[in-house]
Amino acid sequence: MSRKRRSSVGLQSWITEKNNFRFFIGDPYGSPFFCVCNNPMGGLRRILRLIILLQVMAEMPDNVKRGEKVMHMADALVSPAVAGTMYALSAVAAGVSVKKVREENDTKKIPVMGVMGAFVFATQMLNFTIPGTGSSGHLCGGMMVSALLGPFAGFLTMIGVLLVQCLLFADGGLLALGCNVWNMAFYGCFLGSLVFWKPIMKNGASKVKIIVASVLGCIITLQLGAFSVSLETLLSGVSELPFGVFVATMQPIHLAIGAVEGLITAAVLIFVNEARPELLWGVGTSDKSDGRLSFKATIAVLAIAAVVCGGGISLYASADPDGLEWSMERVAGTAELEADGGAYASAESIQETTSLLPDYAFAGSDSALGTSFSGIVGGLVVVGLTVGGCLLFKFFKKNE
Amino acid sequence: MKKSSGISGRLSELKSIQTLQQRRLWINELHPLCKLLVSAAFILITMSYPKYDVAGLIPMAAYLIFAFLIGELSPADGIYRMRLILPLVIFVGVFNPFFDRTPMMRVEAFDLVITGGMISMVTLMIKGIYGVLAAYILIATTSIEDICRGLRMIHVPGIIVTVILLIDRYFIIMGQEAERITNAYFLRAPKQKGIHISAWGTLVGQWLLRSMDRATAVYESMQLRGFKGDFSISSQKFKASDIAYAIIFVSVFFIFRYTNFL
Repeated sequence: MSRKRRSSVGLQSWITEKNNFRFFIGDPYGSPFFCVCNNPMGGLRRILRLIILLQVMAEMPDNVKRGEKVMHMADALVSPAVAGTMYALSAVAAGVSVKKVREENDTKKIPVMGVMGAFVFATQMLNFTIPGTGSSGHLCGGMMVSALLGPFAGFLTMIGVLLVQCLLFADGGLLALGCNVWNMAFYGCFLGSLVFWKPIMKNGASKVKIIVASVLGCIITLQLGAFSVSLETLLSGVSELPFGVFVATMQPIHLAIGAVEGLITAAVLIFVNEARPELLWGVGTSDKSDGRLSFKATIAVLAIAAVVCGGGISLYASADPDGLEWSMERVAGTAELEADGGAYASAESIQETTSLLPDYAFAGSDSALGTSFSGIVGGLVVVGLTVGGCLLFKFFKKNE
Repeated sequence: MKKSSGISGRLSELKSIQTLQQRRLWINELHPLCKLLVSAAFILITMSYPKYDVAGLIPMAAYLIFAFLIGELSPADGIYRMRLILPLVIFVGVFNPFFDRTPMMRVEAFDLVITGGMISMVTLMIKGIYGVLAAYILIATTSIEDICRGLRMIHVPGIIVTVILLIDRYFIIMGQEAERITNAYFLRAPKQKGIHISAWGTLVGQWLLRSMDRATAVYESMQLRGFKGDFSISSQKFKASDIAYAIIFVSVFFIFRYTNFL
């Protein structure tokens, strides 16, 4: 029957078999070896397709090879609704920042912001070679600016940099500017400085502390940025690429880039700390009454944000099956794959016994409430793990 | 020397854009806010087209053709600007034909089935090109100062506008400094692909400290000229042609998008 269908709709041939689909997304049981054994011609065709796909992937991200972020979103990747939402979110962050910078009433800060913005812009054109590899990296703009100017002034500076980059060099789109500001400036400046830089530098700066703060800050903020790119593209509905595959491609690339950017940024900040330590922001300021967000307040804000996002997005997710499930439903008539085999069964049993909330909802429940609850609990678990990790870090630090 | 070509290439691109901005063509003289509005409306409406609507996107090119002809711009320069955002657009679009295999139409002559994924990929590419070209039209006919004037008129906070203006002014100076630094570095460290790890901190750090000193000098000179925390940007009056330009184009976009006029 399968053979008959293939001849009638030629292009739908390989996706009609569920194993093929799983092979495409990297399932070990549908490996090329099995495919070739079962059906020589079909298997060869699949291998050819995989080679073409890998070739495309290898040829395409030229930026990645040069160690640049693939995060400047183009206008084409965002729908007006997503763009509008992100503009609104970025505008709120910008509004708060403008208020904070105005409150400081330091007119000297504005020229410094302008010149630092131009400096970050220019340093991003420099190539830093990474020892042992053939590639090169760049400076992490958000982290660097906020370590020197603080999160609020840093955020406004990065908005300027992103707008000028977008207009002069078409690096990012006008419509996607809200997304780009959020993905690159918001995480880099606010999370980078308030969650990583300031708490670590609380009792003065040192070489190790600067490296830890920069690398950790760059990695985490870039991961969040990359994840947001995937999420915004998914919500815009422009890509048929399953969300999982998109995320699985974006995150590892930016993990490596984040580590390198963090090291380069750390090298520069260490130099500044040695030469002119007074230029660094938030170092050794134990004064609590400065009106800035404390570490605890930041964690609380993040927790609320995670809960809101988890709740809201999972409702969306329940209403609209993701690309992978959707394609599966069309092809196999079911969103879940049935597979036999010892390894699969044992993997499934492990997953079932370890997962807190199987399939993101209460077992046996199909309600929106259940899905939303799972999202919130998931968010809380992540926040709990993060807080626990931080407390552990503190505990060991004290013992030292 | 080879490595500095990236920086000098960008600087020359910037200079060519500034030359384009300073021409005295009709489109350059239009009110910046109207051009900003038309560009934003164009991009917004283009991106709102459904993913299978290739045919609908074609008439939208009328604005681009008009602006490229009237603004005497080179389409090749506009398309060349695609290179920075192209990787992500291709990455997102290139998989569509693999995943969306809904047959949409059949070309009998070649026995070819056009699937939804192929169409949505083409739509994505067209949207990408349109977005970049529209931004190019805006920046090639309007200086950043004019754009900032427009932003100030729609009450974007003065701090943000001032920072954008300063970044625009100092970027060329910083870019030239980056070029000098890399040239000097590569003359002393031949056969290096980039800045070596041993020089990461000191090279950029020294430059950073110099830039901070420069910022202080800039601040002092601005204070001597009466700077009080905000630039006073004189607003430009609207002419009849400015308003006509904005109304005509925005309505044309809406007609293309929401009426079945063809």
